[in-house]
Amino acid sequence: MVSETNKNGYKQLDPGCHIAGGVSYGTPLFLAGIGELLSERGGLVNLGIEGMMLIGASVGFWVSQVLTFESAASLLVAFAIAMIAGALAAGLYAVITVGLRADQVVTGLILAIFGGSTGLSTYLGSTAHLIGVVGHHNLVAVGLGPLSSLPVVGPVLFHQDPLVYASWFLLLVVEIFLGYTRLGRITLKAVGDNPTSAAAMGIKVRQVRFLFCIAGGALAGLGGAYYSLRLIPSWSNGLTAGAGWIALGLVIVAFWRPILLLAGCYLFGISVSIGSVLAARGITLAPELYGVLPYALTLIVLIASSALLKGKRWASAPASLGKPYEGE
Amino acid sequence: MISLKLERRPTSIKSVYVAGIPVVGAVIGLLIAAVILAVTRHNPFSTYGIMLQFAFGSLRGVNSTLVQMTPLLLTGLAALVAFRAGVYNIGAEGQLYIGAMSASGVALALRGQTPIVIIPCMLIAGALGGVAWALIPALSRVLYDANEILTTLMMNYIGGLLITYLIFNSDSYWRDLSTSFARSYPVGKTIPINANWPALGIAGFTLPLGLLVGLGVSILVMLWFRQGRGGFFARVFANSPLTAQYTGVRTKRLVFGIFLASGALAGIAGASQIGDFAHLLDPSSLQAAGYGYAGILVAVLAMLNPLGLILSSLFLGGLTNAGFALEGPKFPNGTVGTLEGIILFCVVGMLTLVNYRIRIVNQARFTPLKASKDGSTTAGVQEKSTFSRVRFFSSNPFGKRD
Repeated sequence: MVSETNKNGYKQLDPGCHIAGGVSYGTPLFLAGIGELLSERGGLVNLGIEGMMLIGASVGFWVSQVLTFESAASLLVAFAIAMIAGALAAGLYAVITVGLRADQVVTGLILAIFGGSTGLSTYLGSTAHLIGVVGHHNLVAVGLGPLSSLPVVGPVLFHQDPLVYASWFLLLVVEIFLGYTRLGRITLKAVGDNPTSAAAMGIKVRQVRFLFCIAGGALAGLGGAYYSLRLIPSWSNGLTAGAGWIALGLVIVAFWRPILLLAGCYLFGISVSIGSVLAARGITLAPELYGVLPYALTLIVLIASSALLKGKRWASAPASLGKPYEGE
Repeated sequence: MISLKLERRPTSIKSVYVAGIPVVGAVIGLLIAAVILAVTRHNPFSTYGIMLQFAFGSLRGVNSTLVQMTPLLLTGLAALVAFRAGVYNIGAEGQLYIGAMSASGVALALRGQTPIVIIPCMLIAGALGGVAWALIPALSRVLYDANEILTTLMMNYIGGLLITYLIFNSDSYWRDLSTSFARSYPVGKTIPINANWPALGIAGFTLPLGLLVGLGVSILVMLWFRQGRGGFFARVFANSPLTAQYTGVRTKRLVFGIFLASGALAGIAGASQIGDFAHLLDPSSLQAAGYGYAGILVAVLAMLNPLGLILSSLFLGGLTNAGFALEGPKFPNGTVGTLEGIILFCVVGMLTLVNYRIRIVNQARFTPLKASKDGSTTAGVQEKSTFSRVRFFSSNPFGKRD
């Protein structure tokens, strides 16, 4: 969105377009973040989001390059396979942490390096010669008829790509799942807070953790593919540039609540896109100066929320987050 | 139905076996990687042969392995010191950048001085740079219990952007602006020859000063954890923060001190990059190398043992060196990280055997008892607090802190 407006110049720079760009930047963070949120609600903190995103990004781009269907079908398959790739990576993590009870932090870091910019995603990217290739199929924004030409609201709400709409639907589904279904409201919460009691209730703790970890990986893969098929859209080593870590931070800043996570991701996305907005207005700053902004913002919010909300029950992590489950 | 079950060991296993576990894990990892190599139509034997040749087969190979080992040993120490005390500082990456920045700044400022003045100043400046970059995460952990994994990560990115800014987008003190070529292709100022760190040559092997510092510190750290009062407190704290508090350990001061010490070590790794090898601040290659993150892996591979760290950094240094030599027409980029990932996954998987043992259970025989047995054993296992040999299994960085 933003780049399109840049070309047309200064006058068409509707604040709505700026926000719409932020929404677009925030979407992969939200996808990966909501996956991590589900995984963490079940007690598994997977630090390897960045690795899973990069694997999803390279696999998704690769598949989209190989396929010769029409764009919509190719993209659908590419995103689906990116999700499977992310899920497989998360499955590896889950086998080691849930099955073998290994330390989650260490295993997550290894996953981040395994999939990261010196690891598997780069390996795949160079084996398949993806670097410097123009994508055959890219996801584009779809306007919803006349609604999309409304001022401000139009570009933000009604002129987005299908995955953004899908992410809003996902938010709804996850909110309903966590708030109003037995599996989300009782089973998952019990597994994340007190697995021993959950097991006593007859819940299969390991299976639940495994399942949600894999769901998280699939969503991280999808978020990664959003970079290579929509935002950038091409492949280069370390394409996601730390988005996985940001998503991890945003989950904590959002107190493990999906709706707050969405808000956080969009705020973050808007702060990322500030650079191109300023450039469009003729203000040139060193890219590092506004590049720092999102990280500094996350850091400040993280520290401030720890300082102000210390010990608040509603703002605290799932009680057994990060702890291996020792029972059967 | 026969199945495998993990159960907590009633007693700690012997140190000899503990030392063997990561080795077995690494071997399993290499075997899995060999299968993958064979599937992707590379001869695993010749590939490993070439890698061994590159890493340790010649004097030149060993020397470049030692070059790779130096930063890994130092950042590994930074991770080890912190992790053993239950402080999850993964900001060695950013602390290394700032250490490199301040060490090169000092070296440039002290131009004309003798090496005896410059080199200690660079070491101190590097350490202080690392400390400065660890300060915000350390304070926010101690004061507000902010999650240090995330704060240090954010500081890593900010640090990376800062040094990139200094060289690429500003006319800073660190940037070489003397020639028109350097003006259009940004590069850091080279430090004076007097500031180049000496290396110890023994029988053709070159041991950089940074490596010697790392070896010395490893031994100090080992002694401190074994015999020092603070080291003992740190171990107690890592296992049970509450116990430490009740026995009168000043836990906040301990965490703060450990955090800054860890930052200082990472900063020295940065100083060593400047003094020993690069001789100028090079943001791109520092960020591409990712020594800070690799240090965490080295520490894990060593099972947080300072002497094991020397071996594991040598091993990973050799692997990195061989991998980079290998990457090219035959092997694509990314081989190193993938291989390291596979090996480390196997090692952490194997580490389970330190605290657990595998039992073969014939479930059919126990079925009638299962319901009652389940409840009681699970509860019993959860409550039991065996003194874990590997510290990072027992503390929890994300959940509530006691």
